[in-house]
Amino acid sequence: MDWTFTLETFISLVAAIPLTLQLAATSILLGAFLALGLALLRLSGVRVLDWFARFYVFVFRGTPLLVQIFLIYYGLSQFPAVRHTMLWPILREPYWCAVIALTLNTAAYASEIIRGGLVSVPHGQIEAARACGMPRFMVFRRIVLPLAIRQALPGYGNEMISMVKATSLASIITLMEVTGVAAKIISETYRAIEVFIVAGVIYLTINFLLTRLVHVVEYMLSPHLRAPRLRTPVQGESK
Amino acid sequence: MNAQVPATTPMALDVKDLHKSFGNVEVLKGISLRAREGEVVSILGSSGSGKSTLLRCINLLEVPDSGDVTVGDETIRMQRTRDGKSRPADQAQVERIRSQLGMVFQSFNLWSHKTILENVIEAPIHVQKRPRKECVEEAEALLAKVGIAEKRDHYPSHLSGGQQQRAAIARALAMRPKVMLFDEPTSALDPELVGEVLRVMRGLAEEGRTMLVVTHEMGFARDVSSRVVFLHKGLVEEDGRPEHVFVNSKSERFKQFIKG
Repeated sequence: MDWTFTLETFISLVAAIPLTLQLAATSILLGAFLALGLALLRLSGVRVLDWFARFYVFVFRGTPLLVQIFLIYYGLSQFPAVRHTMLWPILREPYWCAVIALTLNTAAYASEIIRGGLVSVPHGQIEAARACGMPRFMVFRRIVLPLAIRQALPGYGNEMISMVKATSLASIITLMEVTGVAAKIISETYRAIEVFIVAGVIYLTINFLLTRLVHVVEYMLSPHLRAPRLRTPVQGESK
Repeated sequence: MNAQVPATTPMALDVKDLHKSFGNVEVLKGISLRAREGEVVSILGSSGSGKSTLLRCINLLEVPDSGDVTVGDETIRMQRTRDGKSRPADQAQVERIRSQLGMVFQSFNLWSHKTILENVIEAPIHVQKRPRKECVEEAEALLAKVGIAEKRDHYPSHLSGGQQQRAAIARALAMRPKVMLFDEPTSALDPELVGEVLRVMRGLAEEGRTMLVVTHEMGFARDVSSRVVFLHKGLVEEDGRPEHVFVNSKSERFKQFIKG
């Protein structure tokens, strides 16, 4: 293995990390809001809304992300109508097309994770909140959502890791994130092994840190699931 | 011992001709029930007699099909939807009245992600918009009163059933309710934990709290309540002072029921 080349590659790829992180963070964040909305549609009890959300999840979970990226980037610009809307400045940018595709895709998976969290909230605790006179939205904000997030977090961690890896597909539409830069270096040098090993190590490191972060948040959010930490000293113990 | 109040005491709760069906099953067939301020009314009845449904209709956790519920001097306004179903006319009014009715559930229903103290101050701060400091002080006093002051920073899952139920009582009291509703508060408890909860409830009765208690505890009904109401198949079968009904009830079913 050529260490000098490997090091040069590493430096080039590290420079591309911010774009990878930006793509992942933006789409995870926007996707989370969309996913919450979809989960609420599923649970709304209104048949039309429920079926819309089901159809959405079916389509975006059932087709490859790569196809979705292509359709949004190359497909939409085929329509003159799209090119004349206010959205065109956004839709002609490969960055935003990638963000939109990733967001729409993750929202489909995440909405099922969030729905699972929401239905896991014990009915009695919701009833207790209503019995106190809390308005519906307050019950949702103060009781249902915090409990649902705690339940959904492990599954959501998986989805976030998937998203970090999925950003590599953005290289297909000319974005120079980690995989994009890696592919460029390979096409210039024909040295695939070193470049892909370095790229792999970078993704592994990002996901390692992400896993730790999710774990820390999970720990902070679930003191009620651990053994009690006594704050009041037991009598006779202080001697 | 039994809390008897003069006949001139104002009504705290007035339930008139309550009907409720689930599908084809008519659970409440026209129940009327009144409680004056300071009265403790025990509601007895075999399972399926509609006791819990009655309690849940009072704070509209179940929506009654017809009938009136009045808390203090405010009657919950109902309306009919186009398909003939009954529903509250003003959700804000329902929420206001719920905040005046402290509910204690059979299965405690404490919020598992909040500490005991947070459970108690949650609704006073967020529903009643009272200052946090005042709520915390009052909550600490209430926790001391029910005997679990030292558990304030624990989570519900760390407490025994009896302690959880006492915390739930403190949570209901923190709203300064006009009426306390107890839905079989000791039915989910191990026998050795029942006593500690009943002691707290006795204390509240002696303070002159207005209480509606759905219970299977005959001792409590006989010794503490000012009135005993016996439900049978969705109707009030017996209603009177415990020293009367327990001794010379005319209802065969009630006699059968208390014989066990």
